[in-house]
Amino acid sequence: MRQDVDVKACPIIAKHIKVALVGQPNVGKSMLINSVSNAHLHVGNFSGVTVDKTEVLFDYKEHHFTVVDLPGTYAFTDYTIEERVTHEYLCAENYDIIINVVDSTNLGKNLQLTSELLTMSKKVVIALNMSDEAEKENISIDAEYMSELIGVPCIKVSAATKEGITELIDAVIAKHESSKNRPKLVFSEPVEEEIAQIVWYLDKHKFYSENSHRNIAINLLKGNKKTYAKLHDEPIWVELQPILIEASRHIELHHDSDDIKEAFAEEYASFNRGIVAEVLKSKQVQEKKTVTEKIDSVLIHPLFGIPIFLFFMWSLFQLTFEIGAIPMDYIDAFFAWFGDTVGATIPNEDVRSLIVDGIIAGVGAVVLFVPNIIILFIGIALLESTGYMSRVAFLLDGFFHKFGLHGQSFIPLVTGFGCSIPAYMSARILKNDRDRLLTLFIIGFMSCGARLPVYVLFAGAFFAPEMAGNILFVIYISGALLGLVAAKVLKLTAFKGVDEPFVMEMPKYRLPSVKLIWHTVLTKTMMYLKKAGTFIAAASMLVWFLSNYPHNLELTQNYESKIEMTQIDKEKLVLQNKLDEALLEQSYLGTIGKFSEPIFAPLGFDWKMSVALQTGLAAKEVVVSTLGVLYSLGGNVNEESNSLMGAISKHISFASAIAFIVVIMIYLPCLAASVVFTREAGHIKYFFYLFAFTSIIAYVMAFIAYNVTLLIT
Amino acid sequence: MKTLLDCHKSCKVKVIKLNTTGDLKQRLISFGIMKEAIIEVLEHAPAKSTIEIKVGKMRIALRGGEAKLIEVEMI
Repeated sequence: MRQDVDVKACPIIAKHIKVALVGQPNVGKSMLINSVSNAHLHVGNFSGVTVDKTEVLFDYKEHHFTVVDLPGTYAFTDYTIEERVTHEYLCAENYDIIINVVDSTNLGKNLQLTSELLTMSKKVVIALNMSDEAEKENISIDAEYMSELIGVPCIKVSAATKEGITELIDAVIAKHESSKNRPKLVFSEPVEEEIAQIVWYLDKHKFYSENSHRNIAINLLKGNKKTYAKLHDEPIWVELQPILIEASRHIELHHDSDDIKEAFAEEYASFNRGIVAEVLKSKQVQEKKTVTEKIDSVLIHPLFGIPIFLFFMWSLFQLTFEIGAIPMDYIDAFFAWFGDTVGATIPNEDVRSLIVDGIIAGVGAVVLFVPNIIILFIGIALLESTGYMSRVAFLLDGFFHKFGLHGQSFIPLVTGFGCSIPAYMSARILKNDRDRLLTLFIIGFMSCGARLPVYVLFAGAFFAPEMAGNILFVIYISGALLGLVAAKVLKLTAFKGVDEPFVMEMPKYRLPSVKLIWHTVLTKTMMYLKKAGTFIAAASMLVWFLSNYPHNLELTQNYESKIEMTQIDKEKLVLQNKLDEALLEQSYLGTIGKFSEPIFAPLGFDWKMSVALQTGLAAKEVVVSTLGVLYSLGGNVNEESNSLMGAISKHISFASAIAFIVVIMIYLPCLAASVVFTREAGHIKYFFYLFAFTSIIAYVMAFIAYNVTLLIT
Repeated sequence: MKTLLDCHKSCKVKVIKLNTTGDLKQRLISFGIMKEAIIEVLEHAPAKSTIEIKVGKMRIALRGGEAKLIEVEMI
């Protein structure tokens, strides 16, 4: 009884189970967590979606679960950063039990990691995921027999249909509460003999350790550095060493290889072949071409592959502009109406100006582009979830390689079209630090979603609607091409070095689930809106304040008396405009703008554009909201240009606009992205390099673009 | 000596030896590309810069340079 009370008083300690979720890449680990706990982790169809460990908490039958979602790893190696994260976690951290997620449709390959997990003395439960897909492919796995054969519970589950999830958790609890039973992983006769020899020696000397002696023996034979380090300081090492050398030699001889790791890999492989032969029944009648192979024969065709990819991208930007433009007028009209309605209820002129010209104009200018953003995000989500991403990496590797980039750089680079922050994170899939840094440096050249509003604004203002979509495509592609050239320059100068190998899994094509796409797009869109409502609103207020103060009463009185003198309405309007302009120019923001104007003058920017670029360092959406505030303050009396697009096409010359787009394309991404960049690059100095690098290129390219455009037009 | 790079599209081969060491060897092994493994060549990118192969049920893309290190025999 007493105990019961204690349990209730302190349930967290009493029944807490910490689970490490391990599996090869792209077997649905994150998706499994999502269906177990209703969490919303990001899910995609390529290896490397989860790049860092994430913890998810949930309760089930009085048990408190902490599930740690570890990045996918093919084997216990430290090849990439993500694999290192997983390996280090499994070896060094405290957790109670491992759930090994396995792709049922590809059991043989997945068991390679499983067999390595089984040699650790940890409790393991195997989740045979994607069992629904396996059924469709006529693959049946005898889960009970498999549990018996390898001595750990194997449960059929499907993260997609949520089948078998409760059985899995029950099995985890049962396993956790049972006493440790040894998994039955057996090696070939010669290896087992050597293991027995070492175990016998350790037993004889009553060597104390948390791990089992068998485990230590296997680790020693596999050349595990940590185990070596631990035993190296023990007195028994002197005698153990010759035994080990002899044992390794025997095993290598047996496998006809000079590499003990290779020998062990072969050992695991033959064990796995045995398991697969016993438990798996595949009713596949004569290997026909699978759907994936059929699609691949078109999509990665040596000749048509790249044109098809370019066509997809072009269509995406066409749709982004065409469909995105439809609701734009309504949103614009709504904010104009909203501003007028709210403005009418506020008697105080300053407050009204703050609310209407500051917040509503600034936020409205950003919200206007939500439809475009949604379409772009849908496109990227489709690319991520179908499996096409890896195909493009395959197609482009040859091309990328010429520019000193790795084919897999493509994945962070494409992610960069959505947002630079996850792109910087996903660069972790690159093994080599040099490759990774190089990729980090050019991710910014891939125009992120936040820059889209600026492009749409300028493309809409200066080009016919039927051309604007093409212009968007050209902007994105030329940004990307420029990035490639920049990569080549960096590779030849700062990041010299040998090329990394390119070995990458091509996942099966999957039909994207509507729910998944909807969820991803919704999350990202809500984030955009949230940013508009908080960060952008605050920035708009700041911009408004800086552009309204200090008040210059003398100037106002001067002009107002002039306005009263004239009788003609038109003259009055002109004078009012002049007053607004003069007021704006002597405001704080005007002073900053005027101060920096000479720097930007060679690019053809007026002080308003200069200011917008500077506020854009905080976030690219702020460029639009700043322009919104500046032009609505300066010119809202003018009836012709009541929309921002109109104001811009009226006040900014074509050549300046082109130069402006070029700067936006190249210069530093937002503040948040810069922070993540610095973290991923590993040192603050890289941030300064990036700042200098992008600023110089942006300035030079914009200067060239401005003068060339002037010459042509 | 025949390497994986010499293989034509849709031919099946058996791996004899991996002529590499260290990380790359580990990587290939962890993808199931090891002695005795059966490989099918699926697709070539232009100029064989990259090739797509099938090991077991897994499709893998690798560069021509890496394929050259994998010694194979026809089956």
